[in-house]
Amino acid sequence: MSGSAFLGNAEELAAQIPDGALLALPPDYSLVAMEVVRALIRKKARGLRLLGVPILGLSADLLIGAGCVAEVETSAVSLGEAGLAPRFTDAVEKKSLLVRDATCPAIHCALQAAEKGVPFMPLAGIGGSDLVKERKDWKVQGDVVLVPAIRPDVALFHARWADEAGNVWVGRRRELATVAHASRLNLVTFEEKKPGDMLDDELLAPGVISSIYISALAHAPRGAWPLGMPGLYGADDLHVSQYAKAARTREGFLKYLEEWILTPRKSTSPA
Amino acid sequence: MDSYAPEEHLACVIARLLEGARHAAVGASSPIPAVGCFLRKNIDPAFRVSLQQRRESNPFTEGSRELFDLAGQGRIDVFFLGGAQIDGEGAINLVRAEGKRFPGSFGSAYMYGVVPRTILFREEHSRRTLVPKVEFASARGAPAALLTGRALFSWQKDKRRFRLESVHPGNTLAQIRERTGFEFDSSDQVPETAAPSTAELEAIRKKVKPEIAANYPEFAARVWPNS
Repeated sequence: MSGSAFLGNAEELAAQIPDGALLALPPDYSLVAMEVVRALIRKKARGLRLLGVPILGLSADLLIGAGCVAEVETSAVSLGEAGLAPRFTDAVEKKSLLVRDATCPAIHCALQAAEKGVPFMPLAGIGGSDLVKERKDWKVQGDVVLVPAIRPDVALFHARWADEAGNVWVGRRRELATVAHASRLNLVTFEEKKPGDMLDDELLAPGVISSIYISALAHAPRGAWPLGMPGLYGADDLHVSQYAKAARTREGFLKYLEEWILTPRKSTSPA
Repeated sequence: MDSYAPEEHLACVIARLLEGARHAAVGASSPIPAVGCFLRKNIDPAFRVSLQQRRESNPFTEGSRELFDLAGQGRIDVFFLGGAQIDGEGAINLVRAEGKRFPGSFGSAYMYGVVPRTILFREEHSRRTLVPKVEFASARGAPAALLTGRALFSWQKDKRRFRLESVHPGNTLAQIRERTGFEFDSSDQVPETAAPSTAELEAIRKKVKPEIAANYPEFAARVWPNS
């Protein structure tokens, strides 16, 4: 595909993500395309390999609990103030989920290597960690560790704006630019469509990811809910903490899925 | 004497540990270190504090990797780390212990190695959290201090061993030994951790609280319920 294609909705974007894909997702504070995450659960995605850029939160916990995920590479999975990610924790303790533990700067390095098209990137300072012993793919060379490039099959995220040229604006969340440069396919939902081309605007251009990288787009207003979109709406902390409580048990989690994800009329933000 | 929440006291201890620091970064889920940092900034306006997960006005414009790039260059001199387990050699474990899974190492493996002043902080002070040896070392390094909900330890670089500096009100040396899973040094008479001053408490409640409420709403509602 050359340039970006506008699709009808989040469901159509989710349909672009094949089972078994290496799927890169941002943390809860960095523009998660939650509407597509819910659509992945509805379409019964299977065998996904998630990459946390560099950590994961609610999106991963939902996908893991719903049985969509085979393995995870991440520096952490956490619901922030709402505590541990309950379905992730349960799956790991029951040995039904494979985790490749990493540390944040190693994941950033691996994606930077991919965006530059080089095989690895050196990282200093982590020599004392047992992660280095566990990660046979990381090569110790003197004081640095060589972290191999990671090229995700798909990166999925949410943007404030898309324009007619297919560019998207993510502002200061530049880890999304790095992962977009590194990934084969980039799928993006957006809050609002802007007329024209944001690259013609000196003030907007620095926050833009060019359409060169964007494979497909879909309009999803409040598409990050119950997470936030800085400058537009905040995270729904009460909802996330209610999820954290409900998902402590498998039954509570399934009830949440039924109420908020599988039942279409309730599957989007109440606002 | 003023009444205060234990969290306010711990934040005051952190602010005192930050004397002479230029720039502290605060990572995921660390509201008490954040209160301590903003209190320090109140005393020393030149002191910079960067909240990694700040919701609005996030200090990083190159995404989350910028924190690590800054640290790698030596532009951050203080960072805070906790752990499901912390051991007597200063190693921390954020991954797994006793069959339980924890969130993961975050950036700790790197930050502990490159930031000159790492303050270890964990409210729970028990043999479960303070262990002789961690099951998995997310990160190893030389901490500046270990602060818990019951005591403050310094780190003796030459001996690679903690030394008990003070106990918080209501704790004794014998109780701390009982509740600590690793061996540590101390004098026979360990002083009590100095209580917050009226000025410190006033700064926390008038100046720091709004900053914290915006980024750690649940914490703020718990510690300052009537505001």
